[in-house]
Amino acid sequence: MRIELEVNSVTYALDVEERTTLLDCLRDALGLKGAHAGCEHGVCGACTVLLDGVAVRSCLIFAPQAEGSAITTIEGLSPSPGELSPIQDAFCETHGMQCGYCTPAMILVAYALLADNPSPTREEIVEAISGNICRCTGYAQIVEAIALAAERIRGANRPLELRK
Amino acid sequence: MSAGHHRYVATNRRVREDRRFVAGKGQFVADIDLPNMKHVALVTCPYAAARIKSIDKKAALATPGVHYVLDGAELAAATLPLMTGLDTPNVPRRPLAFEVARYSGEWVAAVVADTRALAEDAAEAIEIDYEPLPFVLDAEQAIAPGASLVHEPHGSNVLLDKTFVWGEVDKDFATSPHKLSLRVKWARSSTVPIETFGVVASWDPWSDILDVYASIQMPRYTDQIGAALKIAGSSVRVHYDVDVGGSYGVKRGIKHTVLCGYLARRLGFPVRLIEDRLENMRGGDAHGPERLFDIEVAFDNDGIVRSMKMRALENVGAYAGRSPFQLGKPIGAIVGPYKIRSVQYRAMAVVTNKTTQEAVRGFGQAPTNLAIERVMDEVANVLGLDPLEVRRRNLIRSDEFPYQIPSGTTYDSGNYETVIAKVLADTSYDELKKERDRLRAEGNLAGIGIAACLEPSGGNATFEALLNPANTTSTFMDSCRINVDGLGAITATMHTTSSGQGHETLVGTVIGEVLQLDPDIIRVTRPDSLNSLPSGTPVASRMAIMLGGAAFHAAHKLKMKLTTIAAHDLGIPMERAVYERGEVYDRNAPDKRRSWMDLVAIAHRNYHRMPQDFEPGLAVEHIYQVPTGGTLPTKDGRVQMYPCFSFEFHLLLLAIDPDLGVPEILRYRLGHDCGTQINPKIVRGMTLGGIAHGIGAAFYEEFAYNDDGQLIAQTFMDYLLPSSQEVPAVDIIDHETPSPHTVLGQKGSGESGYLGAPAAIANAVNDALRPLGVSINTLPLKISKLGDLIAEAQAKKG
Repeated sequence: MRIELEVNSVTYALDVEERTTLLDCLRDALGLKGAHAGCEHGVCGACTVLLDGVAVRSCLIFAPQAEGSAITTIEGLSPSPGELSPIQDAFCETHGMQCGYCTPAMILVAYALLADNPSPTREEIVEAISGNICRCTGYAQIVEAIALAAERIRGANRPLELRK
Repeated sequence: MSAGHHRYVATNRRVREDRRFVAGKGQFVADIDLPNMKHVALVTCPYAAARIKSIDKKAALATPGVHYVLDGAELAAATLPLMTGLDTPNVPRRPLAFEVARYSGEWVAAVVADTRALAEDAAEAIEIDYEPLPFVLDAEQAIAPGASLVHEPHGSNVLLDKTFVWGEVDKDFATSPHKLSLRVKWARSSTVPIETFGVVASWDPWSDILDVYASIQMPRYTDQIGAALKIAGSSVRVHYDVDVGGSYGVKRGIKHTVLCGYLARRLGFPVRLIEDRLENMRGGDAHGPERLFDIEVAFDNDGIVRSMKMRALENVGAYAGRSPFQLGKPIGAIVGPYKIRSVQYRAMAVVTNKTTQEAVRGFGQAPTNLAIERVMDEVANVLGLDPLEVRRRNLIRSDEFPYQIPSGTTYDSGNYETVIAKVLADTSYDELKKERDRLRAEGNLAGIGIAACLEPSGGNATFEALLNPANTTSTFMDSCRINVDGLGAITATMHTTSSGQGHETLVGTVIGEVLQLDPDIIRVTRPDSLNSLPSGTPVASRMAIMLGGAAFHAAHKLKMKLTTIAAHDLGIPMERAVYERGEVYDRNAPDKRRSWMDLVAIAHRNYHRMPQDFEPGLAVEHIYQVPTGGTLPTKDGRVQMYPCFSFEFHLLLLAIDPDLGVPEILRYRLGHDCGTQINPKIVRGMTLGGIAHGIGAAFYEEFAYNDDGQLIAQTFMDYLLPSSQEVPAVDIIDHETPSPHTVLGQKGSGESGYLGAPAAIANAVNDALRPLGVSINTLPLKISKLGDLIAEAQAKKG
C-alpha cells in the first residue's frame, strides 16, 4: 500500500506491504539504520523512535499506523553532519555506552524525558530508561550522561523542542 | 586513578568509537545491504531429539520469491563438520542437523527468499516427518547407567572426564581437623547481547573470494570457515570493521557463517541471516555454562583452608564446540586469591539434549568463583568466625608475589589486603553489620555478601593443551601495524572486530603515549582478514594486554626508526639522539634537530639522506606473543595459564522482603585492581556492566527447560535481563598494582564485576536467610524460590 511518512521533518511517499513494521520501514525503505532490532517483541527498546514526541517501540507499530505523525529518529538529532547535539555529546563525555547498539534508543528516550522535564532526579532518569535494556554498561554512565545533558541544556538556556 | 608519569594513558579521555554510536552511525551487520542480497530463515526441530525421516520442500519452493531450501544432508555432503576443541570425532557438529536432531530448536533446514518475511512464510510450509527419540536433559542423568545417548557412535554422553591432583590432597585432608562439603549449582544462562547474531556472505566466483560480514567474536574464524567449506583461508575475506552489538563471549556464529557461506557459493548471490530473538535464544548455540559443583575443603581451627576437592560437572548441551574448555580456564586461578596448598579437580563435560553452549564472559571463571566463595562463607559459619576475617587469613599477602598456585600458574602481582582496606575506609565493616542488624531488628531479612576473586587476563589459553593433549597450541598473539604517510599523518591498524571494548581508543592511546603525540591525531582502522596480520579476538580479557602490547611495541619500533634516521641525518651517534614529541635533537646541541615533517620527508622522498640499506617509508608492525606464555603442560598437569590476575572485592548489603521474597541491594561497593587503567572510562563501564550481568545471573536469568525438553525461556519476557530498576548504584574503589609482565602495567578488565557479583549476592542471600536456618546454593535466586524457602522455614519455626 502507499503511505506518507513524516520523518525528521521530511515527508516521504512509500509503497509498503501492510505488515511492514515501522522499524523495518525506517531501516529498509528509508535507509535510517539508527533504530535497531533487539527482541522484536517490545521488551528491549532498541528500536525506540519518537512519535509525536513520545518514545515508542517501532517494532510494535506497523508503518501505515505512523501516517500523520511526526517521527523523530536518531538521524534527526544532529544539528549538522559531524556535529553532536547536547545529549549526544553528554553520552560521549560520560561514555554512556559500550557496543552502541542500544545507544540511539537511549538518547531518544533521554530527549523525550528532557523536553518534558528539564531537571529530572536520578530516580526519574532511571524510570525513564527502564524500558530500554543495555547489556553493556550497567546503566550508571547512561544515567550520568542524561543528568549531565540536563545540566548543560539548562545552562545554555535553550530548551529542547519536541515535534508533535 | 592517577595518570602518574603517563601523558595520555590513565587520563580521563573520551572513547573515540562513541561518536559514531551516538549518531546512529555504527555499522552493524544488519545495516549492510549488498545488491541482490537474499534472506535466510530457519526451520527448527520441535522435539528434544528426533530422527529426520523426510523433508518435503515442494510447497515452500512453489512460493513466489523463494529461491532455495537447504537441508542437512546436502550441507553435510558438501562441507566438513565444524571445528571442536576436544578430540571427539564421533560428536560432529554441523550447521544443520543431519539425520538426527538433538535439541528442541536445532536448525533442520534453511529457506532463502527475497525477504526475511517471505523466507519465514515458506519455512512454515516445509513438511518434516520426525521420529521422536529418547532424550536426556540433566547432566547427572546423562552420566547415569542406561541414559539415552545424545551421540550414539560416541558410546557415552561424557566428552571429558579428567582428574588433576596438585599437591598432597589426601595428606592435607587426613591431617585437617575440619572438613565440609557443599553442592553449588550455576544455572544455564548466557550473555544474551541485545543485537542477535548476524552474518552476510557473498561469493565472487571470478576472484574466488567469499566476503563475510558478521557480528563476530570468534578466534580463528577465517580458518574455521575455510576448513568447513573446504576453501583456502585466502579465499575468505572477513570484514573486521563491522561493529558488533555486544557479545561478552558468545558471538561465535561459526555454524551460521558456514551455512551462509555455502548458500552464497551454491546460489551465486549474497545471502544474509540475522537471527530473530527466538532463533538466537534457542538454536543460536549461545547458551552459557550450566555447572554443578561438588566441593569439599579441609581446614584448621583458625579457618585456614589447606586443601580443596572440586568436581565440576558441566552440561554443555548437544554438541561440543569450545565450551568444554570452560572447565579448563579456571585451573589457572583454581584457588582464587587464597593460599590453598593442594587441590584435586575433576572436570567433567557431558552432552545432553539442550542447546549448545558457547563461551561466556569469564570462560567458566564466574561459576568457579561462586563455588569457592560460597565455601569460604561456610567455613566461617562452621567455625563461628566472621567471613571477612576468614578470607583475610587465607589471602595471599602482597609480599608473597609472584605467587605460584598448586596448578602451576604464577600470579603476577596483587595487594589484596590494601584493596579491602580501601573499600572499608569509607564504610567500616562494623557499621555495615550494624545496619544489617538494625534491618533485622525491624523484621527484615538482611544479609551482607562478600566475594574476593581474581580475573585471569591476557589469554594464554594453554587449557586447550591441558584438556586435549592432541592440541599443542602455545602461541597466543596479537598484532598492530603503523604507517606514517608522505604528509606525516599516522594510521594504525588492528586486526579483529570489537564488540564495545573501545579498542580503537586503546590503540590510539598507547601509540600516542609512546610517540608523545595527541592520540586524537592517530587514525585507527580495521583492515579485512586478507590484509591483516595474525591476531586473536577480544576474548579472555586480553586486549588491553595483547593489543595494547602490540601497539606499544610497534610504536617503539617507529620511534626507533625515526631516531635512527635523525641521528644519521644529523651526523651524530644514536646515543646522542633524543626523541621528544615527534622531533629528534642532539643531546649535546639541542638546536640541532629534525622535526616530524623533516623526518617524514627524508623517509618518503630523500633516500640519499637515509642510513645505508634502510627501509624507505615509515611503516612498522609488531606481532606480540602473550607474556609468560609459550610452554606446554607438564605430565602432572601443571602449566602457566594467563599472565595477569586482576583482583576484585565485592561487599554488599541486601534485604529480602520476608513476605514476598523480593530482594533489594541496598549498598554495593567494589574494590578493583586491574593494574594501570589505559582508559578509566572504559574500565569503569565494563566493571559496572559486569556487575549488572552478575546480578542477572544471580537473580533472574535462566534458560529453563520443561520436562519435554522444550526451552521455556524463549523471549525477554521469560528470560529476564536486568533493567535500570534492578541495578543499584555501585561505588567502585580503584587500586593500582601494576603487572610486571605488561608494557604499561595493565591487566585485563573485560570480565570484571561479573566474576564475583553472583558469588557476593549468593553469600548475601544466605547471610540473610541464616537466622531462618535455611540456605540456597542454586542459581538463579529467583523471587519465587526465595519466597517459598522463607515461607517453608517460617512455617517450620511456627
